[in-house]
Amino acid sequence: MLVKASGASGRRSTLIALASTLVFAVAVVLIVSNSAGWPEVKRAFFNGEVFRESLGVIPEAFLLNVRIFLIAEALILVVALFIAILRSLPGPVFFPLRALAVAYADVFRAVPTILVIYLLGFGMPALEISGIPREPLFWGVVALVLVYSAYVSEVYRAGIESVHPSQEAAARSLGLSRGQALRFVILPQAIRRVVPPLLNDFIGLQKDTALVALLGPVEAFRQSQIEVASNFNFTPYIVTALLFVLLTIPLTRLTDWLVIRDRRRQLALGGAR
Amino acid sequence: MSDGQALLIEGLRKSFDGLEVLKGIDLSVGEHEVVCLIGASGSGKSTLLRCVNLLEPVDSGRIVVEGDEITAPGVDVNRIRRRIGIVFQAYNLFPHMSVLKNITLAPMKALGTSRGEAEADALALLGRFGLADKRDEYPDRLSGGQQQRVAILRALAMRPQILLLDEVTSALDPELVAEVLAVIRELADGGMTMVIATHEMSFARDIADRVCFLDAGVILEQGAPDEMFTAPREERTRQFLQRIIAAGRL
Repeated sequence: MLVKASGASGRRSTLIALASTLVFAVAVVLIVSNSAGWPEVKRAFFNGEVFRESLGVIPEAFLLNVRIFLIAEALILVVALFIAILRSLPGPVFFPLRALAVAYADVFRAVPTILVIYLLGFGMPALEISGIPREPLFWGVVALVLVYSAYVSEVYRAGIESVHPSQEAAARSLGLSRGQALRFVILPQAIRRVVPPLLNDFIGLQKDTALVALLGPVEAFRQSQIEVASNFNFTPYIVTALLFVLLTIPLTRLTDWLVIRDRRRQLALGGAR
Repeated sequence: MSDGQALLIEGLRKSFDGLEVLKGIDLSVGEHEVVCLIGASGSGKSTLLRCVNLLEPVDSGRIVVEGDEITAPGVDVNRIRRRIGIVFQAYNLFPHMSVLKNITLAPMKALGTSRGEAEADALALLGRFGLADKRDEYPDRLSGGQQQRVAILRALAMRPQILLLDEVTSALDPELVAEVLAVIRELADGGMTMVIATHEMSFARDIADRVCFLDAGVILEQGAPDEMFTAPREERTRQFLQRIIAAGRL
């Protein structure tokens, strides 16, 4: 996918790609391993013993990241769609709802995620309202849902607006209500088109599950901090980073593949509707 | 020819951003009558049809369908639209649905017809117009002519009292026009009330009970096709038809 190979010229370009990658990798290794601080960095970040020890503890904590991610993702898909639909309501009657949706998207895209997590995670339990959950984990998830729904609602909105108005006209002309036109005609087309950017936002979300650690829950990042402190060695951070890479790569590859498939399909149709 | 009145339009006016496109249209269409609207691009044919379906809100004037005034305040536009089918120049099929789903969606969702009944109806229509083998295809797999025929069937599935056709062959390659016109002809033979905006003059001459010439937002002249095409009274109509003849389209 990264290197397209077909026929003799394809093999040639594959060889060139391999050779240049090899040269580049060797150069990087040489520069890094000959640097003055490398022995020290190697000891602090790439300690085999600490690595093995961390592998026994951090993956378990990482399951919490996966859980946060899965729950938040499901909620975001629903909340963001709701916001996007609010924003697409027509007519002056719905102005307050539209304004509210716009304000929501503006505010939660503007405020740094880390601040939203702090404000909700420490602020909401402090209110001591009965019936409101006090677990930091709960508020961490809520914060992620609020922030990412703001982004994802914009993705949905772009999709809704990309469906040609003639589609709604056709649906309405058959006697479908606006809601039915949205549900059966516009949204199915809109969502199909925005799957790649949607997945892209979720890749960001996977990483940001680590921010919930700021409120106290012991997820992978928090666990690695604990390991670092007890070993006086940074290798656990490397382990955590690798776990995030392992989780994210399938999603990034899937996104790339979907984008390429869509482009092929459009070319196959000759760019027609 | 016509026993009752299917559609009555009185003093219909419509502007877009200060530009008046329809400047007082009066038109009456009898039941089972086929009326063709001819006229240059921009003369208001499409806007007129879109107003009858209430896809465009009218500025002033009255539209009465089978005795019910649909321009009255507070009418349920969704109910009105179920009685008036419209087919567009660009087909506007739903690309994410199979042919069968395209046709059954509105009967099921807007009329509450059961899936079994809606599909039986749709298959009967597809069979009648030679498209039975396309039931599971998606629109992008069909030719333009097939897509437009499916679009007509989609409108018919709602059993409309009036069918509006807006330049339905204008986007088609020439060799695909005939198959679409054949469908319209069969509908006319079956007694469907139709208002057809078209550039196909020989077709209009052949199928229409009455031809209306639209010019600058008014119906300048109307009459039986033979007299309209051979002995138009208005100078503007003559000029328009001469241009059509010069272009080899009549």
